[in-house]
Amino acid sequence: MSVNTPLHALAQAIWSEAPADEAPAITRHPAFAVYRNTVLKGCVDALQANYPAVARLVGDDWFQSAATLYARAHPPVDGRLVLYGADFADFLARMEATHQLPYLAPVARLDRMWTLSHVAADAPPALPQHITSLPAEALATLKLAPHPAAQWAWFDGIPARTLWCSNRSDAHPEADPQPPGDLVWRGEGALLTRPALQVQWAPASLGSICFLDACAQGAPLLDAAQAASEAEPGLDLAQLMAQLLDAGALQVPN
Amino acid sequence: MAPTAALHLGAGLALKPQHFNEARDCRDSGLWFEVHPENYLVDGGPRLHWLEVIRAHHPVALHGVSLSLAGEDPPDAAHLQRLAALVRRLQPALVSEHLAWSRTGSHYLPDLLPFQRSTAALQRVARHVAQVQDRLQRPIAIENPSHYLPDAFGDWHHSWDEVDFLAELVQRTGCQLLLDVNNVQVSAHNLGFSANAYIDRFPGHAVAEIHVAGHSSDPLLGAGLLIDSHDAPVAPAVWALLNRFVARHGPRPVLLERDGNVPAFDTLRQESSTAADILAHHAVALPLEVTP
Repeated sequence: MSVNTPLHALAQAIWSEAPADEAPAITRHPAFAVYRNTVLKGCVDALQANYPAVARLVGDDWFQSAATLYARAHPPVDGRLVLYGADFADFLARMEATHQLPYLAPVARLDRMWTLSHVAADAPPALPQHITSLPAEALATLKLAPHPAAQWAWFDGIPARTLWCSNRSDAHPEADPQPPGDLVWRGEGALLTRPALQVQWAPASLGSICFLDACAQGAPLLDAAQAASEAEPGLDLAQLMAQLLDAGALQVPN
Repeated sequence: MAPTAALHLGAGLALKPQHFNEARDCRDSGLWFEVHPENYLVDGGPRLHWLEVIRAHHPVALHGVSLSLAGEDPPDAAHLQRLAALVRRLQPALVSEHLAWSRTGSHYLPDLLPFQRSTAALQRVARHVAQVQDRLQRPIAIENPSHYLPDAFGDWHHSWDEVDFLAELVQRTGCQLLLDVNNVQVSAHNLGFSANAYIDRFPGHAVAEIHVAGHSSDPLLGAGLLIDSHDAPVAPAVWALLNRFVARHGPRPVLLERDGNVPAFDTLRQESSTAADILAHHAVALPLEVTP
């Protein structure tokens, strides 16, 4: 990639806080600021749209300064701004200003999971009859793949899901009824799915997160169930399967 | 190449997600919708589903903002492939892009950025337009941008006039043109040229679509610098430019853009009825240039 071309020089002047001495004269024209402002605003607005719970938690001013720092360090690499900010959670985790806010990066990760679920490919979800119709001997070796729109994560020691959903304006309290006032500082898991073309989310136990991790890695049902039981002794596997199927978290088996 | 495919399009609206239901159900004659394809180049989910629902009821146009046709790099191959897939899926009435750049190497700059109109730039843009048209298997319409920078400043200058540049681009690539009369008004004000003269010189035969939109004064520099902000109703001077072009060349699909302070769907419909009236008036006065 050549970096000394005329347009590269303009781009550098747009991304930098103040144009360098060697920047083209046109970048010092007062109206050039229109482009610098529009580009940065485009990035910041995209991050604000993609990370609404983070923005609500920290407030507009704080969010916009963090987003501006991020945009200068990580310009978009795709014309689809709905996907912009893939590293935003990691960036927040590394910022010194967030060291007192350990929940901020996990909340950002959940915002990102929402986006990835929202834009994922369509596929018919597995229904209970897809599993119950199989002969018993086929079940142990059956490989279940998570649905393309399923996103799941466990947040160790941080009630990230509770914090996140109380800061999403699209939250459905009936799906995740824990009131924010009762925040208990402990680990939480989240499962996001997209039945009927709308992203929804629910609490997920450590066992179910390990089960989905194993399925995503191509493990057969027996191995995935074992991984889940090891992570969460006493786990009710029949109930776990029912929950996952009900949420549309699995694909129709081949 | 005469823009015959779009003759059934009258006054259209930029489609806003919050207006999806009303847009789907509206049956205004000649109504059509335009979207930025970038918002729909996804693998699946509600966005694509909704766009297909709208497409089932109305003509849809794709108005790209990130192909960076005036950039130094060829169009992003992955992006172009996704765009081609969306074009196949939707069969849009029109596909358009801007005479601007928005990418250097792998970095996107979310804006429509200016370049110096040189012969080398003309060759570059023509090459990129041809690559896109080859990939999409259809002509695309190129939009005149808004200008904020003077024609000459230090070592910055244009060796080609913009209208001549666009006319030559049509000659070389067979592309269509998208005449944004708000951009003409904004640029004429900022750079001090005659908007009427620009409209009168514009190669009308190649115009497949016209954009109208609102503008505003720059918050820092004031009324001396107009910004193509799409956050206000269309100014009377911009409607006058639309009327001037249509009186001369006949009706073309007109699209009302709105991105900020978005009002209710019915308010936008009402506003775009001015465009419908102008088109109807001149449709009577002037027979269609081409009948398919």
